[in-house]
Amino acid sequence: MSDSDSHATGSPYAPQTATETAAMLEAVGVDDIDSLFDVPDAVAFDGEFGIDARSERATRREVASLLGRNADLTEFLGRGHYDHYVPSVVDDLASRSEFLTSYTQYQPEVAQGFLQALFEFQSMLVELTGLDVANCSMYDDATALGEAATLSQRVRSVSGDRILVPEHLRDGKHAVLANYADGPDFTVESYPMTDGVADVGALSEQVDGDTAMVYAETPTVRGVIEERLGALGDLAGDHDALFCLGSDPIALSLLERPADVGADVVVGDAASLGTGTAYGFGLGMFVTREEYLRQVPGRLVGASEDAAGRRAYTLTLQTREQHIRKERATSNICTNQAWVALRTAMHAAWLGPDGLVDLAEDCVTRARDLADRLDGIVGVKAPVHDHHHFREFLARTDQPASAIVGDLTDEGFAVHAVDDHLVQVCATETTAEAEDEFVAAFREVAK
Amino acid sequence: MSLRLAILGETPWDKPRPTSVTLDTGVSRVKYDQARWTDDSDDLYEPLLSEKASETVEVDDSPLPDDLTRDALSLPDPAEPELARHYTRLSQMNYGVESGPFPLGSCTMKYNPSFTEDVAARADAAIHPDRPDSTVQGTLALCHRLQDYLGRIGGMDAVTLQPPAGAAGEFTGVQIAKAYHEHNDDERREVVIPDSAHGTNFATAAMAGYEVVELPSGDDGCVDIEALEAAVGDDTAALMLTNPNTLGLFERDIEHIADIVHDAGGLLYYDGANLNALLGRARPGDMGFDVMHYNVHKTFATPHGGGGPGAGPVGVREELAQFLPNPHVRERGGNYEHYEPDSSIGKVHGFYGNWPVLVKTFAYIARLGDEGLSDASAKAVLNANYLAEQIEYEVPFGPFHHEFVASAGEQDAADAAKRMLDYGVHPPTTKWPEIVDEALMTEPTEGETKRSLDQLAAAFNAVAGDSDAELAEAPSRPAAKRIDQVTAARNPRLSWQALDDT
Repeated sequence: MSDSDSHATGSPYAPQTATETAAMLEAVGVDDIDSLFDVPDAVAFDGEFGIDARSERATRREVASLLGRNADLTEFLGRGHYDHYVPSVVDDLASRSEFLTSYTQYQPEVAQGFLQALFEFQSMLVELTGLDVANCSMYDDATALGEAATLSQRVRSVSGDRILVPEHLRDGKHAVLANYADGPDFTVESYPMTDGVADVGALSEQVDGDTAMVYAETPTVRGVIEERLGALGDLAGDHDALFCLGSDPIALSLLERPADVGADVVVGDAASLGTGTAYGFGLGMFVTREEYLRQVPGRLVGASEDAAGRRAYTLTLQTREQHIRKERATSNICTNQAWVALRTAMHAAWLGPDGLVDLAEDCVTRARDLADRLDGIVGVKAPVHDHHHFREFLARTDQPASAIVGDLTDEGFAVHAVDDHLVQVCATETTAEAEDEFVAAFREVAK
Repeated sequence: MSLRLAILGETPWDKPRPTSVTLDTGVSRVKYDQARWTDDSDDLYEPLLSEKASETVEVDDSPLPDDLTRDALSLPDPAEPELARHYTRLSQMNYGVESGPFPLGSCTMKYNPSFTEDVAARADAAIHPDRPDSTVQGTLALCHRLQDYLGRIGGMDAVTLQPPAGAAGEFTGVQIAKAYHEHNDDERREVVIPDSAHGTNFATAAMAGYEVVELPSGDDGCVDIEALEAAVGDDTAALMLTNPNTLGLFERDIEHIADIVHDAGGLLYYDGANLNALLGRARPGDMGFDVMHYNVHKTFATPHGGGGPGAGPVGVREELAQFLPNPHVRERGGNYEHYEPDSSIGKVHGFYGNWPVLVKTFAYIARLGDEGLSDASAKAVLNANYLAEQIEYEVPFGPFHHEFVASAGEQDAADAAKRMLDYGVHPPTTKWPEIVDEALMTEPTEGETKRSLDQLAAAFNAVAGDSDAELAEAPSRPAAKRIDQVTAARNPRLSWQALDDT
């Protein structure tokens, strides 16, 4: 290697020199490092992985070369994973090694900084939802929904095991929920939607005493803002079922407070604040009522006092968790998404309430305006659903959706194909400058 | 100890000297007290964001009808300079791997190379998960390469990258075992787990709907073969095992253990938490394990981020590959594509898992290669053995590998840990595994030099010599003194809104 390191023959991050190694071996009383391994010959590995070491520069070049094969597309994509502008100060502060390289706060006296940041994150979600208790993260929205479903089995007095979810639900979310449903053996059923929103009448026929949880989303996976959340909450409440609402922190800055529509649990992905597009990398939020506190999955940061009488923060109610409660824990989660939550809190604080509401309003008007422009194209009807939208909407195309997607890709744009003649388009401030060209390209491919 | 300190010249903490203005601990003194800004309100080092600059905005004139919107939103509204100062101050009240030794057993707090952050932050890595395969060939190629690397390292035939954490990997692996048995029309209800295993193992088995059969450890700290034979039977879906185990001991009877489980028709699951002991020396696949997860945030140096994100890829033997989560990445004629394995268990993450963490994992493995990976384990094991040799606490079980469990003896291990904070280092994991009284589970990793291990040992030994009273009062130096856990749990205040109630 031309750009080699002083520790070229071993790990560049194992700093022992040969002299030190010899002295340490002598102190331990063995001749060589091999003698420290108590591995029977029969299972010892004497082969090679066949992985060549590279210099740091060569490794970076290799990753650049690999990822360079990704097409350079302007993405008008959403459906649960969104791109918003993340200010530089978030990257800068979150990258401080005291945050990035720290562990779960099992020694809270030397982790006050991260604990306070997570306490602030929890508090922001409490404000956004109007509910009492937020945990400090789940993996993503899909696993948070799975946890909500298992919570519904623990807290409800009903004997039933039915989880009702909207007909329009991202496949990935449905599939994760099915795995969480497998162990406790509850059933997941879909309720119908009409013109993009929950069919409250049909749902009222479906919900019964065996229903443990009713789940709804606003905005929906198609970007539609649900207009009858209160009715959905009442339906669930009347049958002693949990009402679980899916959303995200930007939408919640503007839309009805979940607490005001009877939500018992709020889940969703919060990575839309703080982390840009990252191939589905998420941040599950989990917020619920005080009465379910001791059934909450995951970590909770609470305020207490230290021996000097000063306010201090600590992980609390850990007897819910796997490292104490083992098979009786509320969840198996250990490693979570704390650092992503840190980023979300930073971004939310940077925006402030004004900035958040402005951003949310932009998500409404931008989707509306772009739908209007596409609707003006021959062969396109947008939005398909006659409702208010958030970030994204469906368009019906005379051309097959697969052809639209393929042709737009050739023009440098990505959209979703949802059905034979349905495409979905998502617009945020990060695609603002590309909208004119996008509309022009759409006009060409829609012919 | 005096001899060693004489060689070192000085202890890692300061010798007593005139009381500093801000820290009068009575025990140890900081070497310097940097000019430090603190907010003097309410005696707090750093107030909450909400206590510094909050604003309420009314939501009106919105593009939505009033009945679809909230009335108002109250949140902090710091200007950017104030925001930067807030989080910088918070970071100064947090201890990370780059702050000093972090010998937290079972957690592998090794150095996280900076360059991996840069590769994960590349603009061409920041793509949407719903793009067509043909437009994400780079991402799929990297995933395929990483699947292959991890397979070689673990001795596994196929690997999924989807699980977003170790516990999610366990859940994936146990669901795969369940799918395998169901595929064979072989209904099994139990998962067997040694009493010394990670708590996640038990919670995962329960989450997947299994009854947990807890296996007592033998007197030597390893699996008790007789107890295993008694526990395993027609109902055994899997045995979940960590090797080396949580005492750092290699389960030398692993082939026999595998035979017992396999003869009963069960599968053998490998918890990858301790893989940093074995890189290039032994592979779970060669030991007879059928399914395993990798903790990339431990073994492959991706940062823990204050609790996450991590990633928990899962490797399986060939006959289990058909059950892997959907989708899996494969290569066809020079192109890469997603496909659904024939009998897939479905999904464990809404999209493809923790992608940025996987990029860092790939970069770390590629950087180290065979020699570096093998050297990492060698030095991790050397460091643990050297450190154990230097400390005065008894280490009852051996031969251990990358970690050891010392006993605090007559001292309370949790108090001893708090006292270590006063000597400027992060303490070990405490009071676990329970087979060791007052356990101090210690894993220095390969990242420490002999010099820093000597300093770490001096901190252990200083604590060993401290009185119970000194331990009970510790810590006195960190940003917070001993925190009242009982009040935190009895009167939960989990948001700044809850603080107003008291």
